[in-house]
Amino acid sequence: MASGSEFAGPVSQRSGPAVALAVIALGALVPVFAGSTYVVSVAMQVEILMCLALGLNFVVGYAGMLDLGFAAFFAIGAYTTGLLSVDLHWPVLTTLPVALLAALAGAVFIGAPTLRLRSDYLAVVTLGFGEIIQNLVNNLSQTGGPEGIYGIPALSIGRFSVTSTAGYYYVFLVLVVLFAAISLRVRRSRLGRAWLAIREDEDTAQAMGIKVRRYKLYAYMAGSVFGSLTGSFYAPAFIAIAPPSFGFSESLLVVMAVSIGGMGSVWGALLGAGVVIAFPEIFRQFAQARLLVFGIVLVVIMVLRPQGVWPEGGLGLARRARPVWAWARGMWVRTRPEKTPEARLGGPVGAPEESK
Amino acid sequence: MPALSVVDLTLSFGGLNALGEVNLEVPDRSLFAVIGPNGAGKTSFFNCVTGYYRPTRGSVRLDGREISGLPVDEVARLGVRRTFQNVRVFPKLSALENVLAGAHLRTSANLATSVLGTPRARRHERELAAEAQRWLEYVGLAGKARVLAGDLPYGMRKRLEVARALIAKPSVLLLDEPAAGVSSVERDELADVVGKTWREGVTVVMIEHDVELVMRLASTVAVLDHGRLLAVGAPETVRNDPRVIEAYLGRRRSQGPWSQA
Repeated sequence: MASGSEFAGPVSQRSGPAVALAVIALGALVPVFAGSTYVVSVAMQVEILMCLALGLNFVVGYAGMLDLGFAAFFAIGAYTTGLLSVDLHWPVLTTLPVALLAALAGAVFIGAPTLRLRSDYLAVVTLGFGEIIQNLVNNLSQTGGPEGIYGIPALSIGRFSVTSTAGYYYVFLVLVVLFAAISLRVRRSRLGRAWLAIREDEDTAQAMGIKVRRYKLYAYMAGSVFGSLTGSFYAPAFIAIAPPSFGFSESLLVVMAVSIGGMGSVWGALLGAGVVIAFPEIFRQFAQARLLVFGIVLVVIMVLRPQGVWPEGGLGLARRARPVWAWARGMWVRTRPEKTPEARLGGPVGAPEESK
Repeated sequence: MPALSVVDLTLSFGGLNALGEVNLEVPDRSLFAVIGPNGAGKTSFFNCVTGYYRPTRGSVRLDGREISGLPVDEVARLGVRRTFQNVRVFPKLSALENVLAGAHLRTSANLATSVLGTPRARRHERELAAEAQRWLEYVGLAGKARVLAGDLPYGMRKRLEVARALIAKPSVLLLDEPAAGVSSVERDELADVVGKTWREGVTVVMIEHDVELVMRLASTVAVLDHGRLLAVGAPETVRNDPRVIEAYLGRRRSQGPWSQA
């Protein structure tokens, strides 16, 4: 990250490195203290959704285009890796470039015809794209139809092969950190500023010389790269993949993570992913009503914080701390009555006259 | 060669002529004011020049090069920048980020350097941020770099728009009512900024209702009324032109239709 002082980045980004290190350290300790595989696997699902949310954040948060079919890119990555590693016995890592190219092709396929569209229309078309991809993998015999692909080999890096849930947890942790770092970096680059300008006001952005359609396509491409990479690691982590994991509900989950966290905010997307996965798990005690409870919590969050839990402008902690600070100072001054203004000036300025 | 030359410019919406056969030459390095009553076609004229509207007929030339019909971003690339009548800053970006967004065409960063943040790209970013800060100072917003543009008061947003346009080092700057709706103090500050910019060698075209300001600043004034060019010339000449007085104040009663009744 470039030196923060010259940049007008929000508070959350200036305090970013410290927060980030603390979060990474906490994250790395999860499998150690988890106690059960269940907790680690839920934590891994959080990480997977974090990765996807960071990908969608390029499209929705930065460039301001609603995308309801983001799971399509997740599917493209997972199926490319699954097919190449099972049918052609490619090592998982060597499938990544192919998965990336497939995702970029998908981004151009969905992007090129939709770049003229705005808001609602765009949402409908992307929704359709998501459905198309899910139906494709559900009906093609090459992709295993409804049964999907199973027996995906483990991810092997050099001589080391990742086989445990905790192992994949760390793989996704690296991915989350990498994606978050790139997202924060891009936010302050020419590319990120162009996206934000488009999100804020498309026509005015164009008057700055920004080629709006081209940059919108870049946003799709960036999102597709993150989505597809996540899918490529998802496949070996779960050994088997099947169409239901890549449907509209998955796309919606990603959109929820981004919007609950706060559109455009990297920290928000991470936090949102945590909320979206963790809450339904916590609410398991409500048995069948757990999704109802989850829904109520979402509504409450959106009512109380429509801008998201951790929005772009930061949490506003400094702003909120100011009155508290002023109050504390006031209390401090009031509890020291002997320190009159005269005393602070270094001597009894008007005192002799008064004592007469 | 004039900085901008407009020949036979016509813009029709259905049967309504927003602009009718306007012929204008904006001399290079002039401070050119466009005045006229509401609905005279002033903003339509700006929109035709900057590519937001494609004129129905006629041509717009920038340094002799035809630009009518070019997309907005191409016109920007050729060195034309504008501000908007209804201030259009990027509200959720800080003042500094707004100015930096205006420098889009001056940065060479490509996708790879944007993502990787190479040392060279970072140094370039730092230099650019320092320059953006200087432009904020130039328009009198030195202490506002970190403030979200949407939180700035109206007059400051107007000046921010000017800074965002200026960082691009435009050859022609179009200002759409820079002094509308601001206090008299802010108006004078804006006048200073406009004058300074013009003296730096930028051709400034300014739509403005404030006649006193126009008379003080402009070297040439053009008057539009109902989409037609009524008069063009030095401020004093235009001010005393009977057609201009008529457009603003109406005819004498004895000459008007009432006298025939």
